[in-house]
Amino acid sequence: MATIEVSGKSYETDEEGYLINLAEWNKDVADYIAKGENVNMTDNHWEVVNFLREYYDEYQIAPAVRVLTKAIGKRFGAEKGNSQYLYDLFPYGPAKQACKIAGLPKPTGCV
Amino acid sequence: MAEITAPAYRIIPIIPALKPDAMVESKPYVASDKIQEAIGFPGKLADDWQVTHDAVIAKMGELLSKYRSLKVYLDACVHCGACSDKCHYFIGTQDPKNMPVARQDLMRSVYRRYFTLPGKLFPKLVGARDLTKEVLDEWYSYYNQCSECRRCSVFCPYGIDTAEITMAAKEILDSVGYGQKYSNEIIGKVHKIGNNLGLPPPALLDTLEGLEEDVKEDTGIDVRFPLDVKGAEVLLITPSADFFAEPHIDSLIGYAKVFHASGVSWTLSSMASEAGNFGMFIGNYEQLRKIALRVREAALELGVKRIVVGECGHAWRVAYSFWNTLIGVGAGASDPYAIQLQNQLDLRYKQPMHICEFTWDLIERGGLSFDKEANDKHIITFHDSCNVARASRMGDFAGGQFEIPRNIIKACANNFVEMRDGATREQTFCCGGGGGLLTDELLDLRVKGALPRMEALQQVKDSHDVNFMATICAICKAQFTKVLPMYGFDRRVVGGVHQLVSNAIKLGDK
Repeated sequence: MATIEVSGKSYETDEEGYLINLAEWNKDVADYIAKGENVNMTDNHWEVVNFLREYYDEYQIAPAVRVLTKAIGKRFGAEKGNSQYLYDLFPYGPAKQACKIAGLPKPTGCV
Repeated sequence: MAEITAPAYRIIPIIPALKPDAMVESKPYVASDKIQEAIGFPGKLADDWQVTHDAVIAKMGELLSKYRSLKVYLDACVHCGACSDKCHYFIGTQDPKNMPVARQDLMRSVYRRYFTLPGKLFPKLVGARDLTKEVLDEWYSYYNQCSECRRCSVFCPYGIDTAEITMAAKEILDSVGYGQKYSNEIIGKVHKIGNNLGLPPPALLDTLEGLEEDVKEDTGIDVRFPLDVKGAEVLLITPSADFFAEPHIDSLIGYAKVFHASGVSWTLSSMASEAGNFGMFIGNYEQLRKIALRVREAALELGVKRIVVGECGHAWRVAYSFWNTLIGVGAGASDPYAIQLQNQLDLRYKQPMHICEFTWDLIERGGLSFDKEANDKHIITFHDSCNVARASRMGDFAGGQFEIPRNIIKACANNFVEMRDGATREQTFCCGGGGGLLTDELLDLRVKGALPRMEALQQVKDSHDVNFMATICAICKAQFTKVLPMYGFDRRVVGGVHQLVSNAIKLGDK
């Protein structure tokens, strides 16, 4: 099992750097993971990450990309409610990369 | 990790120059003991090599006695070389061990040493070798570079099915605690949650309700996405990626619109919210059956009369070729629940039926009408998915699995162009992500394996401005979404056949 060190504390991750313990997540860890992904966290990124965590709390899974785009569009403005906007924020793909930064497990399967 | 880039297109598409051991380091993450044990495999390799050695040989012996085909395939090869340049992974990686014959020989050499007389007496003369840890590592690496697409088998004069050898290798590796994380973690999720994605029922329900709102907003029509409705006529079994990923979800919307227009009542099931069956990828019959049994349980509980399968390549192979004896969808199984299901299903219809068969049947009977101009922005080609093309059938005529999806596209769109001969239909190239290889740590392999398909796509892009490649497989869709940009295409070039149907279908009285 791999670990990452953030502000003097160590956190367990899987081989790909996804956090093992969801509850340990905090903003510093998110920033650290984002840096490793070459993502520079802005307010726009945080809107998505915070929504993902909220959705996960309720459903124990990340939202479908379509559900995510719709929710972001409704909350933060129609210009943000499309998948290209999300891909611009998270170039490796919003489902996996944004989940990783949000400390959520990786979506598996044919995605 | 070094940056992953696409290989250059070949100027003359012939057998590539060899790069020995180019991919020897390519391997997926090994499954943890937790993942392994959750599906009944040993957690890890034994500390004592001799124990593993003996277990591998014993398992190989068991498979050879159980599957006559495996023995025939291991005996029959004459190394003629007809298969050697037919594998997309060999073409893309240039590693000679990715020639199908060489990949098979990784196991064949061990088979000869332990199971044939000449190999026991004169190993060196007949290419037989001892099983060592290095050999087993080589298996792990190279059998995880075969997507079980069976293109090589089309060209083999003996009809050797390389996929079956790969499946046997994966089964042996699992049985000694050397499993692959991606596939085995997913199998665990199916048993625990009901689908490969790990999508719990409340999330599924929320997603489906959202889709109903979206379609209403787009079309003004109340198209339903029913879940767990008892007494529905049709149970739709579709890959869970259809509930989650793009472009997959657009095909799901297409299925719902087709059912709406048909007037046939239908339902999805939260218990069987997965068409995919990774038990096949790992060559494990018990898992194959156990995963399939969820479908039977759901069908019996919901009392449906028909089972229809969504756009998922290997699922259609499992459904079409194995569901009859596995669970009683079709004739052949003899246990009481299978017979109960056979009696429940309406045998005037194909059981199971592919969603493309369902849609095409309606089109032929004049049951659907289209505004074809809605697809005019697309110049469309069709990528045949390996398991549909080479391991199944649709309709009542030879080659139906090729014609029916194309017929649907032509019925709902004006611009259709074929890719070159030799790259479609029974000779189609794998997307590069099948067989349990659709995982991020194998991205380099996946990008390289997509090369021949990308070459063929580029040709029709150059000649006919093709900007949409339709397909009917969740793995193909996810794989191409990822690799298309690396070859200079937009990720949205790939999409589903029912995505095109969805764009053009006329609903209600409008």
